[in-house]
Amino acid sequence: MKPENEAALAEMIRSANGPLTITGGGTRGMTGDGETLETGALSGISLYEPGALTIVAGAGTPLAEVHDALAAENQRLAFEPMDHRPLLGTTGAPTLGGVIAANVSGPRRIQGGAARDYALGVRFVDGAGNIVKNGGRVMKNVTGYDLVKLMCGACGTLGVLSEVALKVLPVPETSGTLVLQGLSDADAVDVMSLAMGSPYEITGAVHGAKVHGDETVTALRIEGFEQSVAYRMGRLKELFADRGAEIALLPAETSDALWERARDAGPLSNVAGDVWRVSCKPSDAPGLVARAGAQSHYFDWAGGLIWMRMAAGTDLRENLGRFDGHATLVRAGAGTRAALGAFHPEAAGVARLSAGLRARFDPRGILNPGLMGPVTAREVV
Amino acid sequence: MEMPIPDPAVLARKSRVQERLSAVLPADAVISDEAETRAYECDALTAYKCPPMLVVLPASTGEVSDVLRICHEEGVPVVPRGSGTSLAGGALPTADCVILGVARMNDVLETDYANRIIRVQTGRTNLSVTGAVEENGFFYAPDPSSQLACAIAGNIAMNSGGAHCLKYGVTTNNLMGVTMVAMTGEVIEIGGAHMDSGGLDLLGLVCGSEGQLGVVTEATLRILPKPEGARPVLMGFDDNEVAGACVSDIIKAGVLPVAIEFMDRPCIEATEAFAHAGYPMCEALLIVEVEGSEAEIDHQLSLIMEIARRHNPVELRESKSADESARIWLGRKSAFGAMGQINDYMCLDGTIPVSSLPFVLKRIGEMSDEFGLKVGNVFHAGDGNMHPLILFDANKPGDLELCEAFGAEILKLCVEAGGCLTGEHGVGIEKRDLMTYQYEPADLEAQMAVKDVFDPQWLLNPAKVFPLSVSDARRGVTPVAAE
Repeated sequence: MKPENEAALAEMIRSANGPLTITGGGTRGMTGDGETLETGALSGISLYEPGALTIVAGAGTPLAEVHDALAAENQRLAFEPMDHRPLLGTTGAPTLGGVIAANVSGPRRIQGGAARDYALGVRFVDGAGNIVKNGGRVMKNVTGYDLVKLMCGACGTLGVLSEVALKVLPVPETSGTLVLQGLSDADAVDVMSLAMGSPYEITGAVHGAKVHGDETVTALRIEGFEQSVAYRMGRLKELFADRGAEIALLPAETSDALWERARDAGPLSNVAGDVWRVSCKPSDAPGLVARAGAQSHYFDWAGGLIWMRMAAGTDLRENLGRFDGHATLVRAGAGTRAALGAFHPEAAGVARLSAGLRARFDPRGILNPGLMGPVTAREVV
Repeated sequence: MEMPIPDPAVLARKSRVQERLSAVLPADAVISDEAETRAYECDALTAYKCPPMLVVLPASTGEVSDVLRICHEEGVPVVPRGSGTSLAGGALPTADCVILGVARMNDVLETDYANRIIRVQTGRTNLSVTGAVEENGFFYAPDPSSQLACAIAGNIAMNSGGAHCLKYGVTTNNLMGVTMVAMTGEVIEIGGAHMDSGGLDLLGLVCGSEGQLGVVTEATLRILPKPEGARPVLMGFDDNEVAGACVSDIIKAGVLPVAIEFMDRPCIEATEAFAHAGYPMCEALLIVEVEGSEAEIDHQLSLIMEIARRHNPVELRESKSADESARIWLGRKSAFGAMGQINDYMCLDGTIPVSSLPFVLKRIGEMSDEFGLKVGNVFHAGDGNMHPLILFDANKPGDLELCEAFGAEILKLCVEAGGCLTGEHGVGIEKRDLMTYQYEPADLEAQMAVKDVFDPQWLLNPAKVFPLSVSDARRGVTPVAAE
C-alpha cells in the first residue's frame, strides 16, 4: 500500500484488517510482519523559511531532498542523522519520516541534541485511522502535551507520520578536529569528559579503533568561525599536551570523512557479527566494555554511546547486567532478532505506561506489532 | 472563568482524608487551617482564587507516594505546586482538592561533572541549581525570568524556557531523567544519566504536561560549561518591520546569538521613565547577545553590526565592558516592572513565526485602538515568543473582562499567523478554553488519551489544559461559574 495523501493514509489504516509494516525508504532495518505500508508518496517540502530556521515536509520526503534544500541556504539538520545503509546493507533512500520515527541522531547529539530536540511539529495517523496534529512550526510551544517527542522514537508503533516540522541551523563557517592517538578506553573517556566540560564547545567526541585510519584514536570536533576554531583547537591541544598522546589537528577537508564514518558505524560495517548500540552514562562506558565480551567496539557521544560488534546470537544484555541505560540490537539475523528483540526490556512501571499508550493509540495492535516490545494480548485482527 | 463544582462527597470526607494524611506526614506538613490554606489560594495568576481543602508539604518521594496513594483511594483531586509562580493558573486549587507543594524537597542529590549532570529534588529553585555548580564552571541553561523563585518541578510541568533558549533550548532539551510518582502512589523512574530513551519517549511526554501525568519529585538535569564570555549589542530602528527583517538576516547569516530580545515603543517609553537605562526613543529596539572567547565575541558582534547597519538603525551600541552590558540589559530586565508602574497589566505569551512579526505587531496596534486598551510588546524575537502586555485598570468594572477578550483575540491572531497559544507559560486555566482554536477535536482526544493512561480517574490537576466542556465526561463532573 502506498497512500497518495494523508486522507488516503487514514482510510488505509482504518480499513486495514491485519498487521501493517510501516516503511519509508526501508533503510533502517525496522521491518516486521504484515502488509507493507509505504509513506514514499507523502513527499515534498511544503514550507521552508531560512530566516525562521524552520522547514516543513511530508514524512516520505527523501532526506537527500531536505539536505539539498537546506544546503542551498547554507543550513543543515544539526542533529546529523546516521545513514544506516552502510551498516545494514540496505539500499533504499532514507526519508525524513524514518529519521524522526526512529529518532536517529549522530555525533552532534552530544552538544546540539537529538532528532527529537529539533522536531517542532508532527501530523500523523493513529492506529484507528484518526488524523492527529501536534506541536506546530515555531520553536517554543507548550500548548498541550508534547506528542511530538512521543512520536520521535516510537518507530511508527503509535501512529504513521505524514508530516514533520523541524528546526534547522546554519552551517558554521568551518570545522576542525583534534586527534589524539593511542589512549586507552578509560583515558579517552576522561579526555572526552574534560573536553566536554571545557568552554570550547565540542560538537563531536568519539574514540576507538578504525574511526580514522587503522590506529586507535580519540577525536574531538570543533565548529564555528575560522578564527575561533583555530583558537579553541589550540587551547584543547595545550589542555591535553601532558597525556602522552600524539596530537594532530585536522582541518575540515580531512576530518569530515572521520565524522561520517563515526556517524554511520563505519568501523563495524563490512565485518560479520551482530551490532549493538549501548546508551549509557559516559563514565560507565569502559566498565561496560570490559564485561561485554565484544569482538570490537568504539565510543561516540564522549562515551555515552557504545557501538559493539558481538558474536552472532550472543545476548549482550545478559553480559552487561543491570546498568543506567539500555542496549539495542541494530544488526542481526532474523533468528537472533526474534529471540532477543531489538529493544531493551523496560522496567515494570515504564512498560505498563508504554503498553497503555499503545493500547490507546493503536487499539487493534496493527502498527509494526512486536517491533518495540512483545506483541500484547490484544487481538491482532 | 468556569471551574468544576466541588464534589460534596469529597468535601464530606475532609476530616478522614486529613487524618490519613497526618498519619503518614510530620505534623507541620499537613495544613488545614483556613487562614493558612489561603496562602495557596492562587499562583501568580492572581485574578482567580480558591482556597484548597487541604495543603500537604511532603519532604521525600516516599511521602509524596503516600499522599497520592491516599488521595487516590479517597478519590480526592490533587493539584501539584512548585513555587506558585505559574502565570497561567497551573496551580490554581479547587475547593475539594489537596495542594501538594514540593517546596520542602530542595536538596541536591548528586553532582557529576565528568558526566555533566546534576540530580536534584524538584522543589529546588531554578537559579539555585546553577548556584550549586557554578563554582566548578557549570550552569543550568533554561532561564525563565522567574528563575530566582520558580521551582524545577514547575519548570518541568510547564517546559519553561527563557531569554537564552535560542541557543540552549528549553527544559525538555535539558532534562535527562525523572523520578515520578503516579496518582496511584507508584514510583516510576524515567530516563537517567544516559542520553536517549530506550523505548517510547515518556520523558518528553511528562515534560510540559502541567502536573497532570504524575508528580515529579527528582530530576536529572544536563549542566553545561560556562562560556568564556558574553556581550550584547543594542540597536534601535524606526520601524518594527525593519527590526523584524534585521532579526531574520542575523539568523540567516549563520550567527547564532544566545538571545535576541525585542521591545516596541510603548515598552521603551515606560522602561526609560522607570529604569533610566539610556535607551534611544524609537519604534523598535533589539538586544542581541553573543557568547564565546573575546576574539569570537568581537567577530560575531562585528558581523551582527554590519547586518544592522544595512537596515539604517537610529542607534547601534556595542558593549565594551561588563558595566555597559549591564546597562544594556537593565531596561529589558525592568520592562515588566516598568509597565506595572503605569497600570495593572496582563502578560500574554503567544508564539509566532519570526516572518509574521511585522504583520502581527501591526494588527495588535490596530486591535489596541479597537479595544481602547494600551499594549506594550517585549519578547524573545529569536524564537518568536511574544509577550504583549495589555494595560488595564483592575479597579474599573469591566476592564478585566475587556482585557481578557483582547488577550484572547491576540492569541487567536498568533495561531492564525502560524504560531501557538503559549510559548513558555503553559495553558493552565488561562488558555484552556482557547485550545480549540489551535487543535481539532481529534488532536485534543489524542492528548487526553495520554492522561487516561497515566491518570485514568483524572485526579491530577484535572481542570487544567483542556476546555472543561471537552474533558467533562472524563472528569465526571459538571462545571459551574466560579467567583
